[in-house]
Amino acid sequence: MKKLLMLIAAFAVLFTCACSHITEETDEDTSQAVFEKDKNYYSALKGNNITINVYAWGEYIPVGNDDGVPDVNAEFTNLTGINVNYTTFATNEEMYAKLKSGGASYDIIIPSDYMISRMIKEDMLEPIDKSNIPKFKNIMEKFTDPDYDPGSVYSVPYSWGTVGILYDNTAFTEEEAANIGWETLWDEKYADNILMFDNPRDAFAIGELLLGYSLNTEDDEELENVAEKLKEQKKLVQAYVMDEIYDKMGAGEALLAPYYAGDAVMLMEEYDHLSFVIPESGTNLFVDAMCIPKGARHKEAAEMYINFMCEPDIAYAVADYIDYSTPNLAAYELIDDDVKNDGISYPDDEFLAEKAEVFENLSDETNLKIQNLWTELKSAEEYTPNIWIVPLFMAMCVIASIVILIKRYIKKKKEIF
Amino acid sequence: MKKMLSAPYIVFMIVFMIVPMGMVAYFAVTTADGSFTFDNLAAVSQYTNIFIRSVWLAAIATVVCLIIAYPLALVLARINVSYQSTVLMIVMLPMWMNFLLRTYAWMTILGNNGLINNFLGMFGIGPFRFLNTQGAVVLGMVYDYLPFMILPLYNVIVKIDKSVIDAAHDLGCGNFKTIVKVVMPLSMPGVMSGITMVFVPAISTFIISRMLGGGGNLLIGDLIEMQFLGNSYNPNLGAAMSLVLMVIVLLIMVILNQFDSDEDSVLM
Repeated sequence: MKKLLMLIAAFAVLFTCACSHITEETDEDTSQAVFEKDKNYYSALKGNNITINVYAWGEYIPVGNDDGVPDVNAEFTNLTGINVNYTTFATNEEMYAKLKSGGASYDIIIPSDYMISRMIKEDMLEPIDKSNIPKFKNIMEKFTDPDYDPGSVYSVPYSWGTVGILYDNTAFTEEEAANIGWETLWDEKYADNILMFDNPRDAFAIGELLLGYSLNTEDDEELENVAEKLKEQKKLVQAYVMDEIYDKMGAGEALLAPYYAGDAVMLMEEYDHLSFVIPESGTNLFVDAMCIPKGARHKEAAEMYINFMCEPDIAYAVADYIDYSTPNLAAYELIDDDVKNDGISYPDDEFLAEKAEVFENLSDETNLKIQNLWTELKSAEEYTPNIWIVPLFMAMCVIASIVILIKRYIKKKKEIF
Repeated sequence: MKKMLSAPYIVFMIVFMIVPMGMVAYFAVTTADGSFTFDNLAAVSQYTNIFIRSVWLAAIATVVCLIIAYPLALVLARINVSYQSTVLMIVMLPMWMNFLLRTYAWMTILGNNGLINNFLGMFGIGPFRFLNTQGAVVLGMVYDYLPFMILPLYNVIVKIDKSVIDAAHDLGCGNFKTIVKVVMPLSMPGVMSGITMVFVPAISTFIISRMLGGGGNLLIGDLIEMQFLGNSYNPNLGAAMSLVLMVIVLLIMVILNQFDSDEDSVLM
């Protein structure tokens, strides 16, 4: 009897597998039919043997692997005959320093919001000709007129996300978990189990969210208050880290860490003990957008690439690969409902409009102020350093030199006799 | 003609060392728009405690390296020649691996859920906080730079003439006294180059303090890196810091070399 049941169960499993496989295939067929690309448009530069240089975050463009990730750049090359050379940076500032030093020529860069407004201000970006990018119409309306680039003159949004708190759900009761907010990162109960951003702008943003200030405040007093708050937090913080959050939280080294929504989704897929919450009191909304830097050699090809990235199926493949949210409405419609509704990748519009703030470029003075406050915070000793140590060191140097001189003098005298 | 042979190196040195150093000095005393100023150098003084911490931690690491490496080099120089190359290879072995990877390994060893704490946990002890402390930073420095101390020490000690040691024994020196009075003074050049090779990279390291110090124990290297890749792009201040660091290192080396030249005359 048992054997018979097993047999039936096995057949049932086989049957459902086969069925789901069939439905998947038909899905693909329809998708290809719907997302036909404009061959005329894409073949304009064929045969010119152009290579464009794309400079973006690491693992930010799907370039294919064995797990079925599509190679977006190869598809673009097939379609247009334009080769893509994809290089990566780790921080906006690294990208900025590289462009500023003029060491290399790029056709496309994908920096974040505040860096875009800084580069616009410093005249480092080329305006994008929207008539060359028909697929710009796919971009959601709420992203087409951002504060960092009014009217989207210089940039086309690529992805976006929010900052929230990643926590170890085995250490929190349901009630505690429901009450997690920015102030939890200041809770002495979790001393030594808190990780914090090792980046002044992101770290200050958390302090500003806690104190209810604007994330773009330039008020010295407010900034000093934030620095004071962060200093209070320092004794509870286990480590200041950025990408290491991934490994440390995964390994259970710490209980709480601020993190970006997309990376958090990726982490939660891998580890069951992690959960993510976007505090209701507010958050930072960040947008990464494609731009063309001044001095790009192949502007038309670059615009073609931007247009290609706005194609629904390509934008969907990108969002699926990087786990960050897409600003592309046509691609959004392709996304699974459970991703849309999990409250992490796509918080509701009302919350985003009221509680989420986008970084803008700060004035040089404010940047310097933040940098100085940050350095002071990071370098502060737990005990007050003895101010006598410098004079003491100098005195020791002087004494050492005198001793040496005397020793030599005596030796010389000896040698004379 | 003989001088011509050194031309490739001289060209290399001028292009990649002298000129960049001149540029560091130039950036240190100019503002962003190129006018002359001492403000950058003055601004460095507010980071005195970071400089002190860097010198202090690098000094501890150097001393620890010396204490570990010296006895090893003594033993190494005396064992059978055929074993020496094997042991030397074992000393060099960690250097075949990328040093970031080696430092990363320490993170998993020292962490709260790391190997040591898990082991101690089996006996109900701990967990202790090893990672993200200054001790961890020193450990990282010692681990990464120890071979640079062992090799010069070994090279010098192995070349000490056996007959000198025999003479010391003949004249009534015990083993201990021979080491203190004969081997040590003769090995001083090795000690000095070992100290230089450990201290200089240790004082300017930045990734070790970030990975093992938890980012809360800033060193000069981190500070300089922040000026270039941090929030405020300020290459002038970064250059000024580098310049001050170079002067400090130079000063310390000069002082150390005084002791060295003293002992040199013994060698002559």
